[in-house]
Parts: sequence; C-alpha cells; structure tokens
Amino acid sequence: MGRYVIRRLIQAIPVLFGATLLIFCIVFALPGDPIAALFGDKRPDPAIAEVLREQYHLNDPLLLQYWYYISGVLFRGDFGVNFADVPVSQIMAGKFQVTLNLALTALVMEAVIGVGLGLWAALRRGKATDTMILASTLLFISVPTLVTGFVLQLLLGVKLKQWTGADIFPVAGTFAGWRSYLLPGFVLAGTSIAYLTRLTRTSLAETLRADYIRTATAKGLSRRRVVGRHGLRNALIPLVTFLGADLGNLMGGAVITETIFNLQGIGNQLFQSVYLREQPVVVGIVTILVLIYILANLVVDMLYALLDPRIRYE
Amino acid sequence: MKKTSADVLPGLSEGGALGDHPLLAVDNLHVEFRTRAGIVRAVNGVNYTVNSGETLAVLGESGSGKSVTAQAIMGILDMPPAVIPKGEIRFKGTNLLQLSEEARTQVRGQRIAMIFQDALSALNPVFTVGWQISEMFRVHRGMSKADGLKKAVELMERVRIPAARQRVHDYPHQFSGGMRQRIMIAMSIALDPEVLIADEPTTALDVTVQAQIMELLAELQRESQMGLILITHDLGVVADVADKIAVMYAGRIVENAPVHDIYKAPAHPYTKGLLESIPRVDLKGHELYAIKGLPPNLLDLPTGCAFHPRCPYRQDDCVTDTPPLHEVSGTRSSACHYWREVLDGEHQ
Repeated sequence: MGRYVIRRLIQAIPVLFGATLLIFCIVFALPGDPIAALFGDKRPDPAIAEVLREQYHLNDPLLLQYWYYISGVLFRGDFGVNFADVPVSQIMAGKFQVTLNLALTALVMEAVIGVGLGLWAALRRGKATDTMILASTLLFISVPTLVTGFVLQLLLGVKLKQWTGADIFPVAGTFAGWRSYLLPGFVLAGTSIAYLTRLTRTSLAETLRADYIRTATAKGLSRRRVVGRHGLRNALIPLVTFLGADLGNLMGGAVITETIFNLQGIGNQLFQSVYLREQPVVVGIVTILVLIYILANLVVDMLYALLDPRIRYE
Repeated sequence: MKKTSADVLPGLSEGGALGDHPLLAVDNLHVEFRTRAGIVRAVNGVNYTVNSGETLAVLGESGSGKSVTAQAIMGILDMPPAVIPKGEIRFKGTNLLQLSEEARTQVRGQRIAMIFQDALSALNPVFTVGWQISEMFRVHRGMSKADGLKKAVELMERVRIPAARQRVHDYPHQFSGGMRQRIMIAMSIALDPEVLIADEPTTALDVTVQAQIMELLAELQRESQMGLILITHDLGVVADVADKIAVMYAGRIVENAPVHDIYKAPAHPYTKGLLESIPRVDLKGHELYAIKGLPPNLLDLPTGCAFHPRCPYRQDDCVTDTPPLHEVSGTRSSACHYWREVLDGEHQ
C-alpha cells in the first residue's frame, strides 16, 4: 500500500507541470497586448511600455516566464500580481472558500441522494419505483442547470418563503451561513446526482448477478447481508471514482450556479478575469483548480486501492 | 439465543436417526424458467437419492438440467423467472420446498452446502479468504472475529493449504486455481454439512490439480460421512470417486446405476454414446466417436423420448411415447423402451 501511494504521488508531478504549462501557454497565446491594454485608448509611451514589459518578464522566452511563475507558486506560494499590481492571491482570497463550500455541499448531496436513489432503484428493479427514479433522472439530465437553477430559486427560495413565511433556502449571497449553500449546492449537483443514480443502479444490479453473490446466498446468509456486505462493497468501487473525479467538475463548473445565486466564488472571478484579460489571475485560479483536481484524483486512487485489494497488490 | 436449524425444522434433529428416509431425495422435480421467449423446461421430472457417506455423480452435458436441479436443492434459483411447478426435495423426510424462507436459510450452507465451478469468480474479490470462511462461524454460530479466524485456519489446514496461518489474510486473487477451489471447499464444509453439492468443481482446473481436488473431496467425505452430489460432464472424473451415477438428458434422468455397472454395460443409448466418445489409447488413429445431432432446444423439446432424434436405437414409439424409468435391476433403471437391446449391445 505504501509503495502504491508513493508511486501515485510521483506520477502526479508531471501531471502538475504539464497541466500548468499548457494553461500558461494557452492564456499567454491569447490575442491582444496586455501592456497596450493598460493604456486604454492612448498610444503607450514606448519607453514606459518597455519598462513594464521588463518588469513583468514579458520579453523573456515563454519557458523562462513559466519558470518564474511556477517557482514563485511552488517555493513562495506567490501567485504574482495582476497588471494593476494587486496580488493574485489577494484577489482569490475568500473566493476559493465559497466555491469549495459550494462544491463540497454539492458532493455530499450527490453521494447521499445519488447513491441512495440508485440503490433503491436497483433493489426494486423493474418495479414502479425503479421506473419513476429512472424517469426523473432523465429529466434532470436533460434540463440545463440554468433552468433548474432559476426554477428552484423561484419555487424553494421565493415562493416557499412567501407561502410559509420561513426563510429556509436563501435566494442569494452567503449571509445565512451553511444554509446559503443548500439550494445552489443542489442545483450544482443536479445532473451529477442523476448520473450517479444511474451509475449506482447499474453497478449494484450488475454486482448482484455475480457468482460470489450466489456463493454468499448459498452460505445461508440473509438477503440483507448478501446485498449489504457482499454486494455493496463491490458496487461502491466505480462510484468512488465518479465522485472523486466529479469534485473537480463541480468546482470548475460552478460559474453558472454562482452567477444565479450571486455567490462570490472562484467561478465568478474566473469568468470576469477571462473577460478582462487578467491573465495572471486566470492562470492562478486554474493552477489551483488543477491542484485540487490532482489531489482529488489521488484521494480517489487511494480509496480505490482501499476498496479493491486487486489493485493494491498489483 | 440463536436459533439452530433443529428449532425451525422440528422433524430434523441434528445427526439424528434417519429412519426410513434417505438423507436427500429429489422426487419428480420440475423446474421451468418463464422467459419472454417462452417457457424453458430445464428440469422435467428428476429423481435421485443420496445417503450418508454416499457419492452420487450427476452426469450430463450443458443444459441437461444438472446444475439447475442442484440450485433448486440449495434454494438459490432466482424465482422468478424460475418456477417449481411440481416435485419434492426431501431432506431427511422434510420437503424443503414447503419450508418458509427463514427455515430454508437455516438449512442452506449449514446442513446442505455447495461448491461452484470457478472459484475465482465464486469467491468475493474484496474480502480476505479468512474473512469469507470465518463468516460462516460469525453469522451462523455467533463466534467472535478472532475465534472465527482460528477456525478458518484450521479448515484451511484441513484442505491442505500450505502456510494457512499466514495466508488466511490473503485475498482470493493471490491464490492459484487449485488453492482457490480448496478455499471454496473449506468454506463449504465449515459447519459440517450433511450434504455437499459440488457443481463441476474441477472443470476450471489443470488435470493434475483436478485429481488432487477429487481426492480431497473423497477424503473429506470419508471422514465426515456426508452425502456428496458430484455434478460433472466428465466421465473420467466420476469413475474413481462415485458410488452411483445419474445420467441426465434434457432435464430428465435417463439412467440411474451403480458406477461399475454403467461402465461395464450402459442401459441407455445416451450413456452408451457418452462412454464411446471417451478417447481411448487402443483406438488411436481411429475417428473419435461423437453422438450425432445437437442437444435439444429446451424451449421446444422433442416429443416422446427427448433423445430420439439422436438415437441409433430409435423405433416409432420413441417419437410418440415418453419412456418411464424402467427398472433394470434392483439398483438400476433406464428411461429407454429398448434398454434390453442397449444392455445386450445389439445395434438395431
């Protein structure tokens, strides 16, 4: 197990460098001169522009620029400054917390609702419950987040408050603490819940057809134990992979949800920064997202090894 | 207090006197699978009995209903689609098919156990073999984890797995095929079942390992005097260990006989065909005999005797009349109208 972990950690290093370099290149290959943009409509003074270029290392080769950047990030935790000299870390501060809260809320909902519904459907395969669950997942997959977001905001946020007088699901902002994340979290998790429900159903149904389930039954174990211990342990393995990989998606895909519910998160910031060509901010945010993605995948790999001994001993 | 099987099966005392009842009797068993394509008649009136210390080999090709019969005895058929419209399975005189699911669960694994063909897929990949063996003691005997593992080591030693004490914490994929089958066997005999059903236990193994496994089964049976039902399609496996043979074709028993009788002189054309299709060294160079035609379609069985389209002894009445099990001698029977001719070896 220890060697497996170390090997996975070492494998993560080239991924980190490769991904950040790629992002760095793409962002800096975007058309437009950021120095010229600083001067707005005025023609920049060539001498001043040259000093600025020197200051931001814009005259150096791209790889050297990348090195300045990544060494700053890795060794000093310094994400650089934007072209208005505001530290990128200061711009990101607090926003990651909002997005992380949102994504984790969504992940927990996904795991509980998705796996729960999927198991329920699998155990009632072919019956009315199963059909209903499957149909509703299809609905959630087909309707875009934009629609579910606004509809749920209106129904559970606005109307529910009007009818009952109780403010259970805040409509916008993060003023109500953890409750602020319930509605946006559900909206963000919507399609993932639906996919996970289907995946869980298939996974458990398939597992229950396995030979070792027949063996467990032949051992005289109760149906509850056969499904709950022998079946579930095996059916969980693909679900963990899906959940782990989805954390990255949830964080990166929070732009729409954050906009609908006016959450000042990283998705919102990323959108604005791309719009304003604030390249250092974009690279900074994406680098951290990549880090989280790598970390989540590492955790998945560990869990995977923990759940499936066949992988652990390879 | 934990319920033992004696509580739920008042007629069944632990190791008590058998009286007139055989240990296990399958009587006129029918099993159907109701599928969209139609009714698959997998078992159409099977009769056989096993007594303590006796080995019954159930012989037949794929689809002959031998495994389905075994699964019906265990009560592990998926119902639906499987249905048992007729027949009885009597364990010490008690019809298992009339027991409640709870009572049935008490018999399953504890009194009647089963081992399966492919031990790799039949063992759970995510639990250690020790966990899986000791589960029998933890669940059925309320033993602690540590005591259960101790029992598991003992059992693994009994089926002669080397270094059992260390290997008890290994997972199924870390064992060789033969060792895995030994673990399967250890698990099945954990609670000293009175009947053990082995469904093609050696099919997935090398020939040398096959012999070892058969030897192990025979030895365990001698020690514990359990009734052993050995399901196989391999006549070679059967000869050394079985006391009697039931040959199945299209969901029916076509011949019941003590093992030496059947090898000497089969009383059913299908058995005869099976014996003749064994490769023999003294006939090297000759074309290998094969029963002509294909196994029957269980959705649409032939009329009369199901074997008639492939039978060299066929007469007109074979097409119309289903032959009953004729008594050939006190210990033998054959479901063939012309068993006398077959027995005499006369070709029509």
